[in-house]
Parts: sequence; structure tokens; C-alpha cells
Amino acid sequence: MNRLNRRTVLQGAGASAALIAAPGLVRAQAAPVKIGILQPVTGALAQDGEYGRLGAEIALNEINAAGGIKSMGGAALQMVFGDARSSPEGGTAEVERMQAEGVAGIVGGFASPIVLAASQAASRYDIPYVVDVGVSDQIVNRGLKNTFRFGPGFGTVTSTALENLSKLNDAAGKPAKTVVIVHEDGLFGSGMAKLLNERLPQRGFEVMETIAHPTPSRDMSNVALRIRALNPDLVIPSSYYAEFVLLARTMQQQRIRPKGVYAILNGAASNFRFVKEFPDAANLVMDCNHWADPRKPRTAQVRALAEKDGRFWLYNTPLNYSCVKLLADAIERAGSADRAKVTEALANSNFADHIMPYGPTKFVNGQNTGAAPVNTQVQNGDIKVIFPTEFADAKAVFPAA
Amino acid sequence: MLKLDIFLSALANGLMTGAVYALIALGLTLVYGVLHIINFAHGAMLTAAMFAVFICHAWLGIDPYLAVFILTPLFFGLGYAIQRLVISPASHGDDSNILLVTLGLSIIIENGLLMGFRSDTRSIDVPYGFSVIEIGNLFLSTPKVIAFVAAFVVAGLLGLLLVRTDTGKAIRAVAKERTGAALSGIDVEHIYAVTFGIGAACLAIAACLLMPTFLVNPRAGNAFVLVAFTIVVLGGMGSIGGALIGGLIIGVVESLSGLYFGESLGQIGIFLIFILVLLFRPTGLFGAKA
Amino acid sequence: MKDKTLLLIAIVTLALALLPLGFESNVVLNFLAFAMIITLAAQGWNVLGGFGGQFSFGHAAFFGTGAYGMALLQVRFGVNAWLAMPIAIALGAAVGYAIGFLSFRARLRGSYFALVTLAFAEVFRISANVWSFTGGAAGVLVPLKLDPWNMQFADKRLGYWLALALVALVLLITHRLRESRFGAQLIAIRENEDAARALGADALAVKLKAIALSGGITAAAGSLYTQKFLYLDATLAYGPWISVEALLAPIIGGIGTIFGPLLGAFLLLGLGEVTKTFFANLLGGARPGADLVVFGVLLILCVAFAPRGVLGLLARLRGRGA
Repeated sequence: MNRLNRRTVLQGAGASAALIAAPGLVRAQAAPVKIGILQPVTGALAQDGEYGRLGAEIALNEINAAGGIKSMGGAALQMVFGDARSSPEGGTAEVERMQAEGVAGIVGGFASPIVLAASQAASRYDIPYVVDVGVSDQIVNRGLKNTFRFGPGFGTVTSTALENLSKLNDAAGKPAKTVVIVHEDGLFGSGMAKLLNERLPQRGFEVMETIAHPTPSRDMSNVALRIRALNPDLVIPSSYYAEFVLLARTMQQQRIRPKGVYAILNGAASNFRFVKEFPDAANLVMDCNHWADPRKPRTAQVRALAEKDGRFWLYNTPLNYSCVKLLADAIERAGSADRAKVTEALANSNFADHIMPYGPTKFVNGQNTGAAPVNTQVQNGDIKVIFPTEFADAKAVFPAA
Repeated sequence: MLKLDIFLSALANGLMTGAVYALIALGLTLVYGVLHIINFAHGAMLTAAMFAVFICHAWLGIDPYLAVFILTPLFFGLGYAIQRLVISPASHGDDSNILLVTLGLSIIIENGLLMGFRSDTRSIDVPYGFSVIEIGNLFLSTPKVIAFVAAFVVAGLLGLLLVRTDTGKAIRAVAKERTGAALSGIDVEHIYAVTFGIGAACLAIAACLLMPTFLVNPRAGNAFVLVAFTIVVLGGMGSIGGALIGGLIIGVVESLSGLYFGESLGQIGIFLIFILVLLFRPTGLFGAKA
Repeated sequence: MKDKTLLLIAIVTLALALLPLGFESNVVLNFLAFAMIITLAAQGWNVLGGFGGQFSFGHAAFFGTGAYGMALLQVRFGVNAWLAMPIAIALGAAVGYAIGFLSFRARLRGSYFALVTLAFAEVFRISANVWSFTGGAAGVLVPLKLDPWNMQFADKRLGYWLALALVALVLLITHRLRESRFGAQLIAIRENEDAARALGADALAVKLKAIALSGGITAAAGSLYTQKFLYLDATLAYGPWISVEALLAPIIGGIGTIFGPLLGAFLLLGLGEVTKTFFANLLGGARPGADLVVFGVLLILCVAFAPRGVLGLLARLRGRGA
């Protein structure tokens, strides 16, 4: 299957890169290097897992088409896929299988509980583990030498979100003073709400209420009604896809129009499916989330590949694409699939050829210090970047008319 | 503290959502009352029905309210076949085996849908999806009002079916005394399958009423399972009227406790009611003495 | 007969104990260790559901209490893991007793009892998710310190043997139970509660004893889970998944038998792993869900062809052969 993809991609975008690597291809009979891709593709987190897997697959195909790992005689990367089944024990079992297959490293996990268990299981065999999403900061606070998080944790995300919120509000003449926080009651939403409650008052916002809701929720009408009663200037939602869509639709129906909806790590607010299916409910919603760098030309190429089968462009895809490339770069520089060497290469990595807006990677205690979220806003059926200003492609519309 | 119109909105919303819950619980309570089985596949069957509505709308351009007339008989047939061809022969009439079989079915349905449709969450966009009926400061979602009325109509029709028709009488006879019914010439296996089919048909109707305001993914139906069980217990297992009133009560309790205690803790309220009813009045608020 | 069962327990335990010496695969070892945890949870369910006929849908309440007890005692109170485990088990037994006290006194049976246990487990789950003492939604992380003193083993076989030792202990307990007066009364209650009562059995006391024992055993599974994964949140500890596993395994293996939960857990998890690995090799995860569909079909076929569990099927085959 890999060989087939290699051939097709060769004819396309990767052709020029492959030409340069042609000497590598000639000697391409070097033993392949196995890479573990761990994603929850069944169960509650199936959607995120599938889009993550897609990103990893695109990266692997691209690398192989470009001649594999050159320092290892053009060795191809071979995917060992593991379905974490949306549970930590599922993830752990797959890590054991990947260990048996002799992987050089593992990428993925998505949800924090899976990442916590899987990276720990991998640490027993010193398998380098690159975390794709897993926003819980416990992941990098355990002192595991094998674990590297490429993306930002929710501490960083919240700080950036608040920073940008202040900028936004100040620039508009401080129209927003009161806030209602809506969050899913799991690890990421609750953690976010706690941080927001500590820090919003320091920035002069009054938190009128914090509303937790379970996932899955059958109905978000009560949350909407509560917002209607409190009439805040700003709503900050931090939920998964379905719940936010329900909330946004109900708010539209109940004619609740706050000055702004400022989502943080929201599952829907920067999802093209939502924008396409409910353009009115989605319009002007802002989100502070993982987002691919629109300046980098490869972003558009990866997006085109991802959207090929009628799929949508979700952040999981570019994140996993970048994580796989990061690991491949480490293997390239290590010149070996030896785990200790790859881990060391990761720790010293200075990798810039990814499609996230982070700059070159620099890991401190396993956290990529340059990782940062991006602020987007839905404007007339498209998702535009409004912060950071260096690569914003639209001006924020705030307050909403 | 809260303004009256918010309270009234929450109340109205609770009643409307509760009616849909009742519809989902109707199938469950009927199946329980007659077959005495707890159907673990109920949520997955609801998901399947919701996908059927999605297909009708997105691929065939059929409005969900028209799809009712196609999907209800279709799901009746499916339900009948599942009971007759899968559950009954595989379980050998043993309760613990029925648990396993329905659980197996739910795994098959959920993951079959995952295979066929991928994990994406989908919704349908109907022209009336956002329309509201305005009563003063109250904005009642039109599709929810329709669902509310429809739930009563369906419960009424189901009640009539049970009381007036021969099949209905046979169902009630089997529910009361299965050996006696068999002795008096009723084909018990057929009645079981009919009952299961009616349960599935109720889910199809519920799905048609839900989809204009809800969304679907391979696990969407699971969210309704526990609440449906609660309603069945509250209303008394096997009672149609009980399920309807139980659904409305749960809808209102959920809505008001969600409004006052927050959505997360509001869910505890439902389970506490559930436990209290079971402990102090296990036959349900409206159930006859067992 | 009695000695034969004891001998069988010894042989099975010994065989399972020797298994990891024969190969190097950590995949299998990991599988075995997890299977032991599920076996233990299922054995707990089997005491109440299999021998006592009281079907619970909420054994997560006990599993989670054992798991959280184990984690919080270590993290919040600095209790040593070896001491924390018996306390966690006692907590599970206490929760069992309390739930039993409420529901059996209200004379709940059959589906009513099943549903009330389910509701209790859900109340526990939602509470653990919001209570800051349990770590709330962020969960609780037990620090990784590989040291036998902390019940965290660098050699994974030790962890497996510990779990196996507990499973073997419960095999003995259930064997003793079946031979004892208490066990006889419990089975009598399963067959006909009114008749048992008429014969002088204190049904409430017997059922309470059974649910406390059941809760303790399942809590032991929870405490092992904590030590294996070192991370817990409300859904892992109190989620419906474990209630389902705990009841599936005995039903598949042979309900109300000594070896049923063990056999069932191996079959259930083994089937899941085999289909998963098969499809992973076949499709590379390209068709998520395919393996689970096959798993579901196999599950139904199992029931169709072994309606009394695997042990029931074996007995039937042996009966035919004899």
C-alpha cells in the first residue's frame, strides 16, 4: 500500500523533492523504519482520532515519496497503526504491540488520559513519544524523558487567549466587561474554566457565571436560557463539537446576541463543517485553538490532500502531520532508529519544516516552548486568522453588530 | 432571581424535550412490559434511525416529517426481523443471554455506522430549523412544538392500538401471562417480534422529530438511553401513559435543575429521583402493582 | 469432588503463573495482566449475580471506589500502596453493603435492582467528576516510582503474578462459598427467595453479605487498575464500561460457576484483541469499527451456540461424549 502511494505522490506535488532525493531512492532497499501512530478511531473520540490518523498518513506518504530517511540509505517509514479505542487501557495495549513491532517512536494519543497512560507505557521501553494534542499540563510535568509535546498545553492556550482577548477589547474601546463561561465538564473544559476564573478578574472582566455541561449533552437550551437571563457582554465556550453546535444554534434561535462569542479550544468554532452547515449561527464566532500556519505553502497542499475525500479541515490533521515530520526529522538527524539516539535528537530538535505557526521547535522538559495557539474568527463562511497580527488575514469584527 | 420569562422558557423547553424523551421511552417500556427484557441496543437503534433520517434528507431530499411515513414501517419491519431472526434464536429465551445479544447488536450497529459514515457529526438543514413561535417573550422552537404534539398523538395511537385491535389485545395478554396466552392460541413469538417492531417504529418517529434540531454521529443515540430508562422506571415499566408523563416530568426536572444547578450537577438530580422512586415506589409513579 | 475442584484451581493457577516464563512477549503479558483485572471484577460480579441471582448493572460503583481509594490514599494521605489496597477493598465492601442495604431493604429484584445499581454508579461518576478531593475532571495521577515497595514493578511479571494471586484467592473463596452454608443459602435465594425465607434463611442478611463480598472483590480489581495505569478519572473509574465487562465475562464463561469469570474474561478480551489485531494488519486502521462489528457478531454467535456459557457448553459436550 505504501509503495502504491509512493508512486502516485511521486507524480504530483512531491516530485521535485523526490528528484533531489533520487540517489536515496536508488538505494531504497534499506530496512524500513517503523513508526507507531496511536489514535482513538473507535469510541467516543473517533472523530478526532480519524482526522489525526489522516494527518499522520499524509506526512508518511510525503516523506516516503521524497526518498525516506536519507541518513539511513533512504529507509522508508512504515506505519504501525494502533486504535486506542478511546481509552487509556486501549492505548497502553497498542503501545505494547508497537513495542513488539519494534517501532522507533510513537506519535499521537489525542486525549490527555490516553496520552498519560500511553506515554508512560512507552517510557518503560524508552520509546520516544510525540504528543499531538493532549492539552493537560500533567503530561509534561511528570519528568518522563521520552515524552515530547509539540503543541501547546492549556496553560499556554489560556494565557494567549486572555492576552488576545484584552487586546481585542482594548482596541474596540473596552465594550466587554461581563463574561459567562460555558465548558464541558471533562478534563480540558473544567481545567480551562478554573484558569479563566482566576485570571479574567485580573484583566478587568467580571465572570457572571460558569456553566458546566456534560458530554454528550442532549440539549443546550438551558445553557442558552441562562445566558439570555444573565445577558453577558461575552460568552466563552469550551466544548466539543456537538454541544457547541447545539448551543450556537439555540442562541441564534433564542435571539441571544452577545457582543462576542470567544471560544477557547472549542471543537466546533474553527471547524469547516460547522461553518458550512450553519453559516448564520457560526458567523463572527472567535476561537483560540490549534491552527495551521496559513503563510506556509505546504499548509494549502496538506489541506487539499486532507479534503480530497469530502473530509473537513480540522486541526488534528496539521498537528499530526507536523508531529510525524518532527519525529522523522529526529530519526534523520540521529541517522538511526535507535531509540536513545532518536530521543536525544528530539530533545535537541530545532525543526522548522512543520505547518504549525510555531517557529523552530525547542523542547524544555518535553514541552515545545514555541508552541502557541491562534485566534480565528468565522467571517462570511470562511475561517480567518485574527491573531497573531504577524500573519492575520483579517481584522477582528468585535463587538458584533 | 431569574426573570419569569426565563423560567417559563425553561419550563416550556423541558416539556418539549420531555415529550421526545417519552417517545424514545415508549418503545423501551413496551418491550420491557411484554418481553421483560432490557434492550441494550435501544440507543444504537435510535442512532440508526437518526442516520436514516439524515440519508432521506441529504441524499434523497425527503423532508424529515415526510420521512416518518417511510421510516416508521421500515423500522417496524427491521425491529420485527431483529427479534425474530437474531434475538430470539440466539438468546434461547434466557434473560442474561438477551442482555448479551442486545449488547452485541448495539456494538454491531454503532460500529457499522462508524464504518459506513465515519465518525463525523452531521446535521440536516431544513428551512424551518430555526423558526420559532413567539408568545410574548417566549420563543418556542417550531420543530420542538411539533415534536411535542406528535408525541401525544403517537402515545394516543399506541394506546388505541393496544386497547382496540386484536394484535393489541394479544400483546397485552402476552404481557400479563405468557404461558396462558400461548395456551389460548396466541403466537407468542410473533407477538414478541411485533412488540419489538413497534419499539423500533417509535424510535424512527422520534428520530424524525429530533433531527431538525439535533445532530447525529455513530454514538448520538447513546445520550438518550439512560434518560429513557429513568422514564420507564418513573412511569412504571410497561405503562404507555406512565412513559408519557414520566418523560414530561424528567424533561421539566432536567430543564429546571439544569437552569438552577448547572447542567452537570443537574444530571445527578435525574439519577437521584430515579433511585428514590426505585427505593420507595419501585412500580413507578403510575405503574400498577406488579 | 471437593478435592477435584481444589486440584483444578491449583493446576489453573500454576499454569497461568508459569505462562510468562515461556515467552518474551510483553503484548501477551500486558494482555494477561489486564485480563486478570477484568477477571477479578467479574468474579466480584459473579458472587452476587451468579450465585445470588442479583444482576447488577453498576459494579463500576465498587470498581471505582477501589480504584479511587487506592489512588487517593497514596496521593492525598501518603499511605503505602500495600496498606492502601486492603483499605480500598474494605471501602468497596462498605459501598456494596450500603447500596445493598438501601436496595434490598426496599425489596428490589431483577431489573429493578439492576437499574438502581446503574443509577448509583452514575451518581458516583458525576460526583467524582466535580469533587475537588477526587481531582475533579482533571483526575488523579499516581506518581510513577517503580519500586516493589510502591506496588509498581519494573518487571511486569511481578504485577501480573500479584493480580493472579488475587484471582487465585478469589477462586478459593468462591469454592469455599459454594461449599458453605452461606453459599447454599445464597443459591437457594437465587432459585426461589420466598422458599428460602420460608426455610429460615435470613434473606436480607445473606444478600448483604454477598454484595459486600462482591463489592470488595471488584474493588480489588479497581485498586489493581490504579497501580497498572497510575491515572484515573471519573469515567475510567465509575464509567459504565467496567459494569458491562464485569457482567459480560461471567455470562460468557458460565454464570454462577467458579471458573466462569476467568474463562469469560479471557474469551472476551481475547476475541477483542484478535479481531483488532487482525483488522489492524489487514487495513492499517483504515476502516475503524470493522473489528468491533466482527466482535459483536462473534459475541452473538457465542451466545447462540453456548447459551449456558463456555463451561455449560463443555459440560454438555462431555455429557454427550459420556
